[in-house]
Amino acid sequence: MLSALRSTSAVASRRLVATQPTQAIAASGEAPKGIGKTGTPFLNSSSKAEYALARLDDVMNLAQRGSLWPLTFGLACCAVEMMHFAAPRYDMDRYGVVFRASPRQADLIFVAGTVTNKMAPALRRIYDQMPEAKWVISMGSCANGGGYYHYAYSVLRGCDRVIPVDIYVPGCPPTAEALLYGVLQLQKKIKRKREAQLWYRR
Amino acid sequence: MLGSVARTALLPRTAVRVAAFSTTQNCLAEKAEEPKKKPTIWKIDDKKRERLANFGRYAAECLPKFVQQVQFAAGDELELLIHPSGVLPVLSFLKGNHSAQFTNLTFICGVDVPTRKNRFEVVYSLYSVRFNARIRIRTYTDEIAPLESATPVFHGANWYEREVYDMYGVWFNNHPDLRRILTDYGFEGHPFRKDFPLTGYTEVRYDPELKRVVYEPSELAQEFRKFDLDTPWESFPAFRNKSITSGYETIDLKAPEK
Repeated sequence: MLSALRSTSAVASRRLVATQPTQAIAASGEAPKGIGKTGTPFLNSSSKAEYALARLDDVMNLAQRGSLWPLTFGLACCAVEMMHFAAPRYDMDRYGVVFRASPRQADLIFVAGTVTNKMAPALRRIYDQMPEAKWVISMGSCANGGGYYHYAYSVLRGCDRVIPVDIYVPGCPPTAEALLYGVLQLQKKIKRKREAQLWYRR
Repeated sequence: MLGSVARTALLPRTAVRVAAFSTTQNCLAEKAEEPKKKPTIWKIDDKKRERLANFGRYAAECLPKFVQQVQFAAGDELELLIHPSGVLPVLSFLKGNHSAQFTNLTFICGVDVPTRKNRFEVVYSLYSVRFNARIRIRTYTDEIAPLESATPVFHGANWYEREVYDMYGVWFNNHPDLRRILTDYGFEGHPFRKDFPLTGYTEVRYDPELKRVVYEPSELAQEFRKFDLDTPWESFPAFRNKSITSGYETIDLKAPEK
């Protein structure tokens, strides 16, 4: 029975290989199409300069999304889930995400937990201290919109009142898996960043 | 009430077990007939309770000027209700008395009851490491009248008193550094007072023109909705005619020590 299984899987894999697009391209000589095949969202360039800058963007985006270094900024119970994301089970290092202890070295900040009014100026200062090309992931209900403490006298009703947010991760607290998904979404967002092309347009 | 429910639930099971054992061995059946311990329900140790009551009488006898009442709360928790002028003498007595040695200040907290003339109550909880016993000291004050700080007796009282001051606005005399501890810098009001609104008066946001965080009067997109989630049935019918102080048991100070 085992041998039968092996034979069917071998057939399936051969079929897969046969339908691989690369071979078809090699045969026809056409350029590959689509983000799934080329890894770039910039496919329609009208001139050679635009094409070159699109490739430059590709390289920059690849480098930036491949080494997102978040700031360790845990404020409440969400910080525990953030730690789980760092621990071996979800291992954020696989995606080049490594915690930094200094805002000067970080280009991402997880706002993990309740932001109080007293913390708000400190959060803004830390955000301002991060070097440019920076992103913010707001993690959990409290950081997204105040959550449980929305009506409290001492809590900020969403960290987007203080700093601009790229990705909101819902949950109370979100699982480490949800946070991982948020990071992947952010990587997708970075992939479509067209800094060099916009500079050329201007 | 809970105990009775548990007992009735346990009865048939024990009966069955007794029957099963009696057919096999007599000594095992005797063991099964012993009253079952219920570890989840706090059992009051009558000896310890009596010792605490005696100590309460003794403390009231030693400090007749300050101790107004001695009582038990929730069965076996000793409480001394004292006059506000007696905070330091009572605390130092309890800490220094050789037969008590309440050397650990567990916490200080405040209570706000706006209907009373002296609306704030300040509660000190002490723990005796030597005798594994606890005691609570309760005193009262209003918005203006200050209390004496407990810091000369217990250094740990420093931050607790700051917290009580921050949350209730009770003033402590001779405190080394009485300022806010938890709320925001420049916060106004005392949030644990019953007349302080839940959402407060101000909220913050970042102003991109001023390039700093600014304070504004709070505006809510939607008012806080308080849902009435009470059941239509009575929750505790057994306590229908009990007063709110029925959980306390006053100790008769004139009764002779047992």
